[in-house]
Amino acid sequence: MTKNEIDEISGTETTGHDWDGIRELDTPMPRWWLWTFYACILFSLVYVILYPAIPLVNGATKGWLGYSTRIELKNSIDVALDEQKESRLKIENASLAEIKADPTLLSFAQAGGRAAFKVNCIQCHGSGAEGSKGNPNLNDDDWLWGGSLETIHQTILHGIRYEQDDDTRLSQMPAFGTDELLTPAEIDAVADYVISLSKAETPPGGEGADLFAANCASCHGENGGGNPEMGAPALNDQIWLYGGSKETVVESITKSRRAVMPAWAARLDAATIKQLAIYVHGLGGGQ
Amino acid sequence: MTKNLPLEQFDVEAVNKDGAQKLFQASEKIYPKRVEGTYRQVKWIIMTFCLMVYYITPWLRWERGAHAPDQAVLIDMANRRFYFFFIEIWPQEFYYVAGLLIMAGIGLFLVTSVWGRAWCGYACPQTVWVDLFLVVERYFEGDRNARIKLDNGPLTTRKIMIKAGKHISWLLIAIATGGAWIFYFADAPTLLMDFITLQAPIIAYSTVAILTATTYVLGGILREQVCTYMCPWPRIQAAMLDEESLVVTYNDYRGEPRRAHKRKAEAEGLEAGDCIDCNKCVVVCPMGIDIRDGQQLECITCALCIDACDSVMDKTGSPRGLISYATLKDYEKAKAGITEDKHKPILFRPRTLLYSAIWCLLGLAMVFVLATRSRLDVNVLHDRNPLVVQLADGSLRNGYTVKILNMQPHPFMAELLFDGLPNARMRIAGDGQKSFAMGESYKLELDPDKLRQMKIYVTLPKDAVPAGDIAFRFIAKIPEIEEYHESEANFHIKRK
Repeated sequence: MTKNEIDEISGTETTGHDWDGIRELDTPMPRWWLWTFYACILFSLVYVILYPAIPLVNGATKGWLGYSTRIELKNSIDVALDEQKESRLKIENASLAEIKADPTLLSFAQAGGRAAFKVNCIQCHGSGAEGSKGNPNLNDDDWLWGGSLETIHQTILHGIRYEQDDDTRLSQMPAFGTDELLTPAEIDAVADYVISLSKAETPPGGEGADLFAANCASCHGENGGGNPEMGAPALNDQIWLYGGSKETVVESITKSRRAVMPAWAARLDAATIKQLAIYVHGLGGGQ
Repeated sequence: MTKNLPLEQFDVEAVNKDGAQKLFQASEKIYPKRVEGTYRQVKWIIMTFCLMVYYITPWLRWERGAHAPDQAVLIDMANRRFYFFFIEIWPQEFYYVAGLLIMAGIGLFLVTSVWGRAWCGYACPQTVWVDLFLVVERYFEGDRNARIKLDNGPLTTRKIMIKAGKHISWLLIAIATGGAWIFYFADAPTLLMDFITLQAPIIAYSTVAILTATTYVLGGILREQVCTYMCPWPRIQAAMLDEESLVVTYNDYRGEPRRAHKRKAEAEGLEAGDCIDCNKCVVVCPMGIDIRDGQQLECITCALCIDACDSVMDKTGSPRGLISYATLKDYEKAKAGITEDKHKPILFRPRTLLYSAIWCLLGLAMVFVLATRSRLDVNVLHDRNPLVVQLADGSLRNGYTVKILNMQPHPFMAELLFDGLPNARMRIAGDGQKSFAMGESYKLELDPDKLRQMKIYVTLPKDAVPAGDIAFRFIAKIPEIEEYHESEANFHIKRK
């Protein structure tokens, strides 16, 4: 064994390492440091026994305390739900108008509605309720079945053309082309007329206007103003559910559009549906 | 002064003396002896001052009206406010605190470059609390020799009683230390009552428990080990000190060769320095080192060895200052026999001037910003999705979340309006269908010291829609106190 070199100035042994003439002192550690080290080892042993720690092929050791982040999460969700219980009960028992009049309930309902919307509605209506082709934008002031709190609530409860629900909103526009109610040429004329309705021009008379009056006005109104009672869209505004190009309008008239929205009464509880109605109504276009 | 007093010799060695090395070394217990003198006096005063600041500050009151707490210094975590006398800071203004920390850092550099490790020796909480704990230890166990005797003696009832008394007192001080800390974070009188009646939040108790443990362990048991092994500051010191910083210096040119029996040696015609090798400088040292070995990492420049040595010099009739505060430069000069300019730490040199300049500039900048800051703020967030909503009549609507911050503890009537977007109309969500044209004020109440968040829709008619996005401004005003704040916003035209 080689004798360790002693540094002359400090009187301490060196490690024998030498970097360009700079040598490293081998100053002994304080003993309490060693104890701290042992204490850490002891702590980790206790930890390994108490908590999930050692990875195995399928999962890991469970630990004596049976701790798991899933249980932790479930507990905190339970706590949150418990805290919301009272407010949810209030919402369940209050009318929509009452909720709207109470600022505390309103903000609770809006927050809850926003959360429920993100889970249940964005698949079709989009994360910002901005809609897409065939799925209405809920931010604007154009409503197929009415934009009041009650009508929105009704729509969410029972859906649209959702056959499993007896109270669902039903309306069917005839497929004028497929069912040969109108000839392609007539459809073309009506389409031109319909498009002109939204362009704020004086609608041209002639065949298109006559055909519209005969076939469409009963639901869509004489001026194409629509009828929310039967979900007939307004045709004289700037909003097109499926697009405002000639081709799309012709397609709509030929085949009709019968989009379905599910009824949520069976899937969500009453309070959640009320919250959703409040949220959608508050997106900026509610009437 | 009588010159022939019997002078006590102390049997002691420096804990870091030369010797055989082991991998680990049990730290030697240090029994600092009581000493009196100028620096000890200064240390008592600073210690008392620091402790008083720490314990009294949370109990100071500062009237802020009905809508804000009346505690002078309060870090209100729950409401995210920081109160410091006449200053109230919101979370987004936390850079003031960052600025204060930077100033504290540079101040520490400045102090270090002029007075060396003054912080370590006088004001550091570790030093202050160890001093306090030593007072208690001396009260129960007596001074150095009594303590050594007690520790080495057999375990008697008396010893147990003494030790128990000491440790219980330490624990009480530790609890008071941790206890004072929590008062900075809540209304002190209320929290004290809650704390005693076990109504305080768990976090209060756990904080007190942790700080009690750290105070007891660091101040009572680990003591000098903290400075030597845990604290990074002594290592940084190496870079901060230079040959013009004050350090505690043993003037070896005067002291050496040290003789235990100076007079006898002199009588025998041997050369003898002023140092009589009584080791008093070692026994009083709270770090347990021998300053005569020269500058050391462990030295916190508490200057107690200066007091100790001066008292001995008085007795031997030698001039004071065998151990003294001196810069390396002074020391070299004195060694070479040049006596003028001694003990004049040079304040005006580039380093200290630079530190002072930065410190002052930062301070002035902060005072300026603080004095001119607006207590009313408007933040505008444009809706992300959808960016634009087309309405039935073809007009375009943008949605904004507008946050108005009333950062004063008073309620105000404010006005919100927009500018730079002609023809547009603004509507406040949840406040009916009433809309406001450009320049028209929507009046609203601002709660004291609160943020008011609103959803605002701005609609531009179809025929007024320009080709591209337009920048405009939201403006909030409090006419009553002439506060005014505006915030940029964008009106988007295209969906994507």
